[in-house]
Amino acid sequence: MVVDSYRFLPRSFRPFYEGRGPYPGEESPVWAPFEKRLSASRIALLTSAGVYLKASQASFDVGGEQSNPEWGDPTWRSIPATARPDEMAVAHLHINDEDVLADPEIALPMRGLAELVKEGIVGGAVAHHVAVMGYQDRGLEDWRSTTAPEIVAHLRGQGADGLILAPA
Amino acid sequence: MPVLARWIEAAGIPTVVVTMMPAVADERRAPRVVGVEFPFGHAFGMPHDKAMQRRVLELALRVLAGAASFGTRVDLDVEWPLPLREAYRAWQPKVPSPIVRKLLEARAQAST
Repeated sequence: MVVDSYRFLPRSFRPFYEGRGPYPGEESPVWAPFEKRLSASRIALLTSAGVYLKASQASFDVGGEQSNPEWGDPTWRSIPATARPDEMAVAHLHINDEDVLADPEIALPMRGLAELVKEGIVGGAVAHHVAVMGYQDRGLEDWRSTTAPEIVAHLRGQGADGLILAPA
Repeated sequence: MPVLARWIEAAGIPTVVVTMMPAVADERRAPRVVGVEFPFGHAFGMPHDKAMQRRVLELALRVLAGAASFGTRVDLDVEWPLPLREAYRAWQPKVPSPIVRKLLEARAQAST
């Protein structure tokens, strides 16, 4: 079974995504082999659903995106694996956030991962997962120069052996 | 997101992208891809459906840890349980996003 990548996309948006090929300069294969057993590996999660902790973290800058639609906040948030759903908020202008707020696991399955760790299927989970705000194909320069290296440093600090990324 | 995965992978950390647009992740040359035919905002499935979320997560882990080479893509054979029309409407924001609004305005202007 092959997934229809455009099933839920308004038809008029399809040309913005389809047949665009690689991002300039990002044509060649990149590969980091996964060398350990999963049961001996520590896994990290990354969502682009704009999740943040409402009591202790700043929201992503949706105001900046309102005034400049071509721009998106390139910062990231460190989400503790122990954070409860009621501690989380969502800043994202491209999706209806009701379902993510009702159950953040649909974007950032921290509890699901913790269960697989408990069962011994996965060796461990990082203490702090990662959240960004998505839909930012334009203006990737900040991402390349700042956000990506910061996230890599965070993942290394957390001892992550692999990362599951999920766009919103 | 596929480009971010590439940069993280290039820094030595294996990645898998779980996405409702696997064809785009393929084109963008993500190293490992899991495709899900789910509405946007729902990469791991329905709210509170733990069994469905676990199926996605387990497939993502299997592809992350077990893919033999660059460009591996595996699609999940799970149908979204809600009627298409309803699901299509439900994921979209109540107010169009700024970039969509701008595109719609540009199109309206072009047609007048």
